[in-house]
Amino acid sequence: MDNLSVEHLIGIRDLTKADIELIFSTADSFKEVINRPIKKVPSLRDITIANLFFENSTRTKLSFELAEKRLSADVVNFSASGSSVSKGETLVDTVNNILSMKVDMVVMRHPNPGAAKFLSDRIGARVVNAGDGTHEHPTQALLDAFTIREKLGTLEGKKVVIVGDILHSRVALSNILCLQKLGAEVMVCGPTTLIPKHIDKLGVKVSHNLRHALEWCDVANMLRIQLERQDIKYFPSLREYSMLFGLNKEILDSLTKEIIVMHPGPINRGVEITSDVADSKQSLILQQVENGVAIRMAVIYLLAAKIERH
Amino acid sequence: MENQVILNSQQVELTINRLCHQLIENHGDFSDSILIGLQPRGINVVTRLKTHLEEILGKEIVCGNLDITFYRDDFRRREKPLIPSATNINFSIENKNIVLVDDVLFTGRTIRSGMEALLAFGRPKRVELLTMIDRRFRRHLPIQADYVGKTVDTMISERVSVEWKEIEGEDKVLLYTQEANG
Repeated sequence: MDNLSVEHLIGIRDLTKADIELIFSTADSFKEVINRPIKKVPSLRDITIANLFFENSTRTKLSFELAEKRLSADVVNFSASGSSVSKGETLVDTVNNILSMKVDMVVMRHPNPGAAKFLSDRIGARVVNAGDGTHEHPTQALLDAFTIREKLGTLEGKKVVIVGDILHSRVALSNILCLQKLGAEVMVCGPTTLIPKHIDKLGVKVSHNLRHALEWCDVANMLRIQLERQDIKYFPSLREYSMLFGLNKEILDSLTKEIIVMHPGPINRGVEITSDVADSKQSLILQQVENGVAIRMAVIYLLAAKIERH
Repeated sequence: MENQVILNSQQVELTINRLCHQLIENHGDFSDSILIGLQPRGINVVTRLKTHLEEILGKEIVCGNLDITFYRDDFRRREKPLIPSATNINFSIENKNIVLVDDVLFTGRTIRSGMEALLAFGRPKRVELLTMIDRRFRRHLPIQADYVGKTVDTMISERVSVEWKEIEGEDKVLLYTQEANG
């Protein structure tokens, strides 16, 4: 196994276990590279990548841009605000215009689920999904699993609970699929209104009690409440949510075993996680960010290897 | 493929021994010198040199492995992506004398990538090249070795393989020749 089975990275759903393992072993090498005095390799110097962000992002955008630059690719950035999108141009037109400038790969974040798939069916360049609405966010799931693997050695048989706004989270879906492919057990935990109906069909456990979920797991992945996607009220108040589903030092210390705490960011301190937990030794939040660059370098490197030479 | 033995196990032993003494001539007690093997097969040469040098000098020799995958110039010119091996340079190369080590010097492209990869770790004082086998007149780049185990004249279609007791079961260097049907 030394080639990805896919042409684009749309979602974890399309990847095989061998694909994920190939991405991880390549990311191991890139992690070594980004800890060198000179954190750059010349592999992709004949590749141009466009980062199209139709939705706000700090971490993911920076992380992709750094990954691309450390591979020596040429990078162009685009964000929807202040562009012709506001003048009524369609997605395919926007992208085709960018592609006529000879771009080999597109990294896209878009508010509509399925946007990455839609684009990959219509353009010649490779597409990397950097988050499409509430659908998938594959590189986040890969870096989360990579971070757990680094800490615990393997995913096989490990128990991971994803806590919070599962309904609006693309991170949750990608994480569930990725963890299951690697042999981990997954539970979701949150208020009834924020857990999608029939999610148990994916083979995950469901809990509405945070303490119960934390006692069960090895790893807790805390998600943010995505207020920007909530058109109606799903729970009475943030204060009540925080009391029932927020992770604090008190509950963490009262558990019978030491668990790992993760968060994909951005953190709303004091809502889903308190500051003392986010900054504690059990938290892998900053390792996740570091591994994000290595994982994205691996994904881009492996997809670029499949681009035909002109 | 037919093969022909270029060096047998006794000759490999003699060659390694001679290379060690040549290294000592230039590097003295190796206090400012480091051997770096190029992945994947250069590290076998380093392992052997390290053992001999430590026997002769009676002190530890600093060695590292360098993977050059991400520095190659044939990325996307091959069918499959290039999968990296481990790099292990957990010491400073700043102001050191570095000897890059590989088993076969052929087109010189690997060495070019190796030099670029090496410089990502700092600025060495001097970089030299040691190779077990030098396939002369086959260079694509102006690169020559400072220490050579054996020089051989080969056709492009031929292949040279350096084999080791620890891996293949016997120390020897083989020349594989394409049969004369094409």
